[in-house]
Amino acid sequence: MLKVWKKVIATGNVTEPWEKAVPPPERSRGEVVVQQNAACKGCNLCVNVCPTNAIKLYEGSPVVNQKACVFCGLCVDSCQEGCLKQTTNYKLATLGGSLVENTGSELRNKIRRVLGRSLHIRHLDIGSCNGCDFEMNHVCNPVYDIQQYGIDFVASPRHADLLMVTGPVTRNSTQALMMTYEATPTPKLVMALGACACSGDQIFGESYAIRGAVDAFVPVDIYVPGCPPRPQAIIHGLMLALDRM
Amino acid sequence: MKEYKTIPAAELRETAYQLYADGKNGLMSMFANDERQLNGNYAIYCLFSVGKSMQVIKAVLKEKGKLEFPSITPKISGAAWYEREIYDMFGLKPVGHPDLRPLALHENWPQGIFPLRKDFNNKTPVPTAKKEFPMAGVEGEGVFQVPVGPIHAGIIEPGHFIFSQAGEDIIRLDAKLFFLHRGIEKAIEGAPIERAFYQVERISGICTVAHSLSYCQAIENIAGVTVPPRAQYLRALVGEMERLYNHVGDIGNLCAGMGFAVGIMAGARLKEDIMRVNEALTGHRFLRGMVVPGGVRLDINDQLSAEIRSMLDKLIPDFNEMIELFRGNDAFLNRVETTGIVPRQAALDLGVVGVGARASGVDVDIRRDFPYGCYSSLKFDVPLYTSGDCAARLWVRVDEVAQTVNLIRQILAKMPQGPLKAAIPAIKPYSSGFGWCESPQGNNIHWLMVGENNTVYRLYARAAAYPNWPALTVAAPGNIIPDFPLINKSYELSYACVDR
Repeated sequence: MLKVWKKVIATGNVTEPWEKAVPPPERSRGEVVVQQNAACKGCNLCVNVCPTNAIKLYEGSPVVNQKACVFCGLCVDSCQEGCLKQTTNYKLATLGGSLVENTGSELRNKIRRVLGRSLHIRHLDIGSCNGCDFEMNHVCNPVYDIQQYGIDFVASPRHADLLMVTGPVTRNSTQALMMTYEATPTPKLVMALGACACSGDQIFGESYAIRGAVDAFVPVDIYVPGCPPRPQAIIHGLMLALDRM
Repeated sequence: MKEYKTIPAAELRETAYQLYADGKNGLMSMFANDERQLNGNYAIYCLFSVGKSMQVIKAVLKEKGKLEFPSITPKISGAAWYEREIYDMFGLKPVGHPDLRPLALHENWPQGIFPLRKDFNNKTPVPTAKKEFPMAGVEGEGVFQVPVGPIHAGIIEPGHFIFSQAGEDIIRLDAKLFFLHRGIEKAIEGAPIERAFYQVERISGICTVAHSLSYCQAIENIAGVTVPPRAQYLRALVGEMERLYNHVGDIGNLCAGMGFAVGIMAGARLKEDIMRVNEALTGHRFLRGMVVPGGVRLDINDQLSAEIRSMLDKLIPDFNEMIELFRGNDAFLNRVETTGIVPRQAALDLGVVGVGARASGVDVDIRRDFPYGCYSSLKFDVPLYTSGDCAARLWVRVDEVAQTVNLIRQILAKMPQGPLKAAIPAIKPYSSGFGWCESPQGNNIHWLMVGENNTVYRLYARAAAYPNWPALTVAAPGNIIPDFPLINKSYELSYACVDR
């Protein structure tokens, strides 16, 4: 017991505030942005090389679907004209459903009033590769320490305010998704975490075993893209949803 | 290349039993392939390790004949899941199989549709069936059943368990997995091999490098490409980094099975340090984007080597202090020792691999037994424990952390100069081959058949967790139900790897 205390005291406090935490290293692959003065020649190399079909050419320049992007950077490498650039930006979360601007603002305010300072999350893996789920675990580690924001994970959907859903909806998990959603009391939020949950079968391609994206089955309020999203991206999504940025 | 022995399916049992030699030579993998377009046959491949070599039995079934073969499960227990999957996916019936319930396709899947047959198109809408999925249990006076999952209380992957209980004691455990079944093997059929790589890399988050390596080595074996030495070392580097962060995290996580918060947090903190170095090295916390077919995509410089070295220098004393919290702690040892025992014979029968095998006295490590990449020029020991309990699996991981740290230092010191990648040439259509590596959980084996124009004709990805899962049903009975999370975490098996 003494040894345990000694270790605890010697370790001290390692918790970092999420935004000021160590910035992503130089090689970190985040958002792919289209350069302002891109001289796109319409060669389609980036479109063809993308393993998840996340790039389309639109009005003579590439457009990246962030929800399906896995940040592999192949498009950036393939572009001869330097139209695309990979940044380390991870703040890609977007709002939908009841949290979207302009619509249902009363509901939005109510949700934020009720859940804003204390949010309980139930994790729901319905087809992920476990990358997202481990990053979810990591937001609970002493470095990111999600509890410092009044947010915590709970054991049952009955105790939850938010469902954090990972993976594309597989055939075998559809029932679990629907039943868990039903079991969660209102008001409730749903977060689609990671490229699979946000985009459905775009990551693995068409398959007999995949039914689609999470929002094809239940309303999604927060999309956090990434493959997987880093712990800070998850916290960013939560803060954005709760209007605590 | 491996030696393939082609036989008619009717002779499979006889031939397999002969090669198995009452367990002397283990079954490493077993899978089927629809080769009707090529030669009018279905084929079932069985991979055995025979001494210092691997041997393959290829049993063929005529398209027009009876679609069944004699099950080899009665004597080779490790074949049970493989054969169930073959029946699910191809409709080839293992006659004499003791438990022919569906495995990967649940009650929602209609009878008589076999998704891995070539004439099944992924675009075909498949109706949702409402069948029963029978779970195995024990009935009797005073015996009750505890269903758990697929959604669990912690942040873990989905699986459904039925515990048959006599009071606190587990008498039987049955697991229903494959909730994460994404049909990846089918989804990538027809895709160019170098593009399908990105789907294979995403079979599992924590085994990213393992799946990448096995897949790439399968391609390189088939194409006869030699990976440049520098790339081989960089691959070994990320492979060992994967083992390191997994083992350190898993050791911490084991404490979650018994509510020892200081251990959980220490492990999580150390794991985070390693994952940050992962990202500095490869741009990705789970090491994605390093290994590619033919070599590697990124190089290492002096600054990154120094960063890895200094992380290791800091990690080791901290990690050892964490382990000291376990070693002299009676309350801790009381929970892990004699809990969840898998006897050596059971591990051999089930073909258990990796940490699970080495904790039950089965001395296997594919890095040493069938070296790949640069492993034959690296020095390392394979830790072995014999008690087969949770403690043994913990100590195997603890010892392997030391070995892995040592390996990383060797790799950095010996890193040769040279190119990073060899080009993959046009591959002769319908040639096939294996690729393998030792993932943090045990050996990971891929078999690939390349189609026209360097596309995937068929990939079979057998992760380490696949043969290890059935070991849990041996480990759990005889223990009390609160020890199950601990037993489960002592194996720390990836569901995504198994389900694909």
